[in-house]
Amino acid sequence: MKQRRNLAKRIIWIVGAFLSISYVAPFFLVLLNSFKSKFEIIANPLAWPQVFTWDNFNQAIEKMNYYTSLVHSIIVTVFSVTALILISSMLAYFLSRTKNKLSKVILLVLVASMIVPFQALMIPFMALFAPLVHVNNIAALIFFYMGFGVALSTFLYHGFISNIPMELDEAAAMDGASDFTIFWRIIFPMLKPVTATVAIVNALWIWNDFLLPRLVLTADTQTLPLSTYLFFGQYSAEYGQAMAGLFLAVLPIIAFYLVLQRQFISGISSGAVK
Amino acid sequence: MHSSRNLKKFFLFAALPLSIFLVVLVIPFGQGLFQTFTNWDGFSWTKLVAFDNYVASFQDPTFWATLQFTAAFVIVTLVLTNVIAFGLALLVTAKLKSANIFRTFFFIPNLIGGVVLGVIWQFIFNTALVSIANNFHWTFMQESWLNQTTSAFWALVIVTVWQSSGYMMIIYITGLVSIENEVLEAAVIDGASPLRTLLSIKIPLMIQAFTISTFLTLRSGFMAYDVNVALTGGGPFRTTELISLHIFNDAFKFGHFGTGQAKAVIMFLLVAIIATVQVSLSKRMEVQR
Repeated sequence: MKQRRNLAKRIIWIVGAFLSISYVAPFFLVLLNSFKSKFEIIANPLAWPQVFTWDNFNQAIEKMNYYTSLVHSIIVTVFSVTALILISSMLAYFLSRTKNKLSKVILLVLVASMIVPFQALMIPFMALFAPLVHVNNIAALIFFYMGFGVALSTFLYHGFISNIPMELDEAAAMDGASDFTIFWRIIFPMLKPVTATVAIVNALWIWNDFLLPRLVLTADTQTLPLSTYLFFGQYSAEYGQAMAGLFLAVLPIIAFYLVLQRQFISGISSGAVK
Repeated sequence: MHSSRNLKKFFLFAALPLSIFLVVLVIPFGQGLFQTFTNWDGFSWTKLVAFDNYVASFQDPTFWATLQFTAAFVIVTLVLTNVIAFGLALLVTAKLKSANIFRTFFFIPNLIGGVVLGVIWQFIFNTALVSIANNFHWTFMQESWLNQTTSAFWALVIVTVWQSSGYMMIIYITGLVSIENEVLEAAVIDGASPLRTLLSIKIPLMIQAFTISTFLTLRSGFMAYDVNVALTGGGPFRTTELISLHIFNDAFKFGHFGTGQAKAVIMFLLVAIIATVQVSLSKRMEVQR
């Protein structure tokens, strides 16, 4: 009986090992081929590089403006996520502490808005905001992310704040603290676990977003997904360089994930199940 | 006194977030809805045209083809993603050695945006697999899968399922570990086989996880754009355009802002109706604990 169970476990382990390797295999293929010349890649994409060359990486970094687009991606993500944390925690605090019809309706509208696909408003959106985008497209993009992210983030905060007893606010108010102080000094520090979830969920989405930056940004303000796509479109025939570029594009987020793995997984699971 | 304090609180905490939400989401949505009833050309409108844009959309044969293609894509990816994700969740929670490493690996494709994944797989389908097939004389891959509509459909499915199954796996893991140990121990004492336990105890107790991930895969299936644009670009000959890309091309490539927006509203209604029905159906199956 025990032996049979051990055998079953071993088989499941082999299946798991095989599957997990095949899940990351495409990235290894990219890495492997980024050290090879075009000729070597066509001859056999699976072969080990005969001559290691860093040349592909140097070319890709230059042609896709790697560092510039990396900085743009970081700026957009950091500012949008920070702004989202601030405005949605405030909104959620207001909605969960004011118990009237209006706050219920507002929460309902926010939840319902999450079902609206961006495509449903993309066309008027571009006409409406052209002047704003023209002034500063990075700032405009951050502003748009605040609008598109506020519903989900507020919803996540709302669930958590509703579980913090009101007596806490009341006690602080008795001691003469203003609403502003109560929120920022007492409530906000208690929200750390949700703040982590809100940060991870939004950062992943904003970091990888393509359609909105494609519509809003110009050649000199590209983010990483955008410059990767355009670079690949232009140099896809230069296989070695294209592979190096793709590897550089996935490197930052995978490195970040491997470092903060536990926070990622728990953030994702509590963000999704709510 | 009480209401004035509330008003002050409103301006302090809610006014800014709500006005951003209003400006970025609500106003463009309302405007878009209104524009479908006008002869808007991307810049201005001169007269109301009632349902002309909707009629024109439904008379467009490429739109029907896109709807069919999208429906097939949504159904196939929904079923495959959830079955595979649930399988992965069972595997990772089976108390194996290195289960954490497996989980880490399964989740990695999800970290990366659809566009980058799309171009990686474009290389795999167009170059790597073709070259390997030629080396080993496999006839079924000697031509790129992306050149034929049917095989390109499966290419889209493979990449999408590969990308999203890791995320759904996390949801199923959360569902599986939320089941109380006493319930499972009782089942073992009663002599239930592992399969029986799975079907009669685990699955019924975690219907909520199924509700959530079916909803999420449904929604992302309808909204899929990135993988589509990067992997097939809608080709060959616009036959692999999912609805998002179709709307984008209709408006921004061909300048049909009227029908483009009408199709976007149709897409919104489809998503809203199907998602509402799905959520209310599977909510009914949830066990109260």
